[in-house]
Amino acid sequence: MTITERAPSTVGGSGYDLSRFERRLIGVHLFVAIIALGIGSLIGPLQTFEYSNVNLYQYLEPVLQSYYQGLSLHGVLNALVWTTFFIVGFTTFTTIRGLRRPLRHPRINVAGFAVMLIGLLMAAVPLLLDQATVLYTFYAPLKASWAFYVGLTLVVVGSWISGLGFFLTLHAWRKDNPGVRSPFIALAGVINAAMWQIATIGIAVQMLTMLIPWSLGLIDATDPQLARTYFWFTGHPLVYFWLLPAYVSWYGMLPKQAGGKLFSDSLARLSFWMFLIVSVPVGFHHQFVDPGIPQVWKWLHAVLTYGVFFPSLLTAFTVIASLEYAARQRGGTGLIGWVRALPWGDPSVTTQLLAGILFMFGGISGLTNASYNLNLVVHNTAWVPGHFHLTVATAVTLSFIGITYWMVPHLCGTQLWGRRVALVQAWTWFVGMVIFSNAMHMLGLLGAPRRTPLGEALYVPDEWNGHLLRVSIGGAILLVSVILYLVVMYKTFRAPKVEAALVPEVPIAESLRHPQLTPVWLDRFKPWLIAAGLLVVLSYGPQLVDQIMDMSLNSPGPDFKVW
Amino acid sequence: MSAPDTLEREQEPADEHLTMGIDPWEKNWMLVSIVLLVVFAAAITVAGFAAGFQLPGEESEVDPRTVATEGPWAEPGLRELGEGRYEAYILAQAWSFAPRELVVPIGAEVDIYVTSPDLQHGFKITDTNVNMQIVPGQVSKLSFTFDEIGEFPYICTEYCGSAHAAMFGTVKVVSQADFDAAESGATDTSEATDTSEATAEAQG
Repeated sequence: MTITERAPSTVGGSGYDLSRFERRLIGVHLFVAIIALGIGSLIGPLQTFEYSNVNLYQYLEPVLQSYYQGLSLHGVLNALVWTTFFIVGFTTFTTIRGLRRPLRHPRINVAGFAVMLIGLLMAAVPLLLDQATVLYTFYAPLKASWAFYVGLTLVVVGSWISGLGFFLTLHAWRKDNPGVRSPFIALAGVINAAMWQIATIGIAVQMLTMLIPWSLGLIDATDPQLARTYFWFTGHPLVYFWLLPAYVSWYGMLPKQAGGKLFSDSLARLSFWMFLIVSVPVGFHHQFVDPGIPQVWKWLHAVLTYGVFFPSLLTAFTVIASLEYAARQRGGTGLIGWVRALPWGDPSVTTQLLAGILFMFGGISGLTNASYNLNLVVHNTAWVPGHFHLTVATAVTLSFIGITYWMVPHLCGTQLWGRRVALVQAWTWFVGMVIFSNAMHMLGLLGAPRRTPLGEALYVPDEWNGHLLRVSIGGAILLVSVILYLVVMYKTFRAPKVEAALVPEVPIAESLRHPQLTPVWLDRFKPWLIAAGLLVVLSYGPQLVDQIMDMSLNSPGPDFKVW
Repeated sequence: MSAPDTLEREQEPADEHLTMGIDPWEKNWMLVSIVLLVVFAAAITVAGFAAGFQLPGEESEVDPRTVATEGPWAEPGLRELGEGRYEAYILAQAWSFAPRELVVPIGAEVDIYVTSPDLQHGFKITDTNVNMQIVPGQVSKLSFTFDEIGEFPYICTEYCGSAHAAMFGTVKVVSQADFDAAESGATDTSEATDTSEATAEAQG
């Protein structure tokens, strides 16, 4: 592999740094995110203990009524709130620091945060009062309080407003810097925001035309099949909305933290543009076993899902090559031996390396899910949460945790408290998740359903018991990990301020080749947005029109509260 | 801004632009990735359209408000179509399946039709490839040939409220002789069905 040293990239620029106001704005996003992760992740292990017949919910009754209320909170807080608030905060950071300029319209971004926060509080009330125990997929006609639907809608609308703020900031930078390639971390964050705006059209339509009017009593009933199609239009790109900020860090920051450079600026950009195009038209792969959708559409989305694996495979190469370059710079040798030369003593690096390792396995189980013949074996089984605890709960969440290990002290003007504690946090997350996830995959293959308190289920054969116990053991280890994380964050937040030179710096990786050598077509929004729109119309249009024309709002759901 | 420096860099040789600076290893990796994904896509295409594989698909629609009282699901259960072929109508409702037990003779090819009058449910027969999402207003259908004697639980695999974990039934695959014997004194199964309906009504 030949690697030629080139001049440094545009990283550094004008030297503009975050204003006090911008630090606070990003800080409040992270604050909400970490609180949500904390509460949601403390609930998670309760589910795993139930699998071994240790039902702690009975002791929590004034607060949590049931396993399902706990599961609803766990899913909403971890998968929706932690991710969305972190991502909007992190993208604010990468926009400002990537471009080295202030937000163009800071009021837009403040408004975005305010709307998200109001939405979160609105949704939290019914969730905590057991009026929205519908899990984070809220399949119609499970009927939650209207406040839950309106609240979640506002969270999405708030993220749109913030996305507009990022886009206008990038646009202003481009006007000031004609002909210069947009800095990678800023461009990548805005591409993710753009993808999210396209993807969330589905859920917006579902909320506004069906769930909100229904929960308010304006219409009597729902069309559950159409609701599912709307939901999964957004539901799968949602996972890329989670994943791409982790990729921003893996491509654009982790190489610097490891002492190296970004291996290929061009391919990093190419993979983000590909995600913009192919993230959305894949939603039917969540509906392979649905009635009401012809098989040819399921097939098309299965093939497009393989398409979306391509940019992830590119990412695997570029990130590993960047890390190998870093490790060899640090004196690492050998075909695999270089891995030991990476800075494993840095918790921010270790978290992200471990996240990446488990993501490889998550990718393999994801390919299995996407293959509709194999999906038939695992659909709606424990395999599926086993899969996404490797992806969103490790690749994404553990990476985000790693980012907070430099970003929180950076924003607070402190140093990370307890480097060793943070390292133990990283490894316990890894080990706990390996045990938990492997057992869940096994249970799924044996036919155990997901989202079910298997401790009280009536059909559990003896051969599941060993796996059920391992789920609980994994959960217990993860509980330790999440408590350690919360302690590290609290102590770092409260740590004494240190002089600027001692505060962790922002790791922004230079590219091995100068970004200006990256072709112009990898820096333009228009062709990619047009391609994304066209592909959505082709892959969803006819089937969506068919389902809407055929809509029958005849499913009112039970006339009693089912939880 | 660092514009002067970067603009100067634009004077690099043109061929660098064309290659995007792709490393040969990277190029090979991309080729391998594409080949791998194309092979996977071809494999599921063959499996899906040429190998007799079936997925639930567009079947028919029903009115969830009346499906439990009118039409084939008003009397759920197994019906013989002749020559070893059967159809089974199963109603998935909060929180039981009707019927709770399905007795089929070994070798029976059964068209399984499931729908729901209330919420979404799941229908997965353990150790088989029968796995369907049950959506109110839609009919989910798969065919399956039971060629192994034994008991196969069918489990609700979609959250449907507080007693979701109690929602399951059992396919009993029996020998033809046992099946014929059960047919002549079939009161047991229909009683079980009555009980489950009564429970559902009580819950309603």
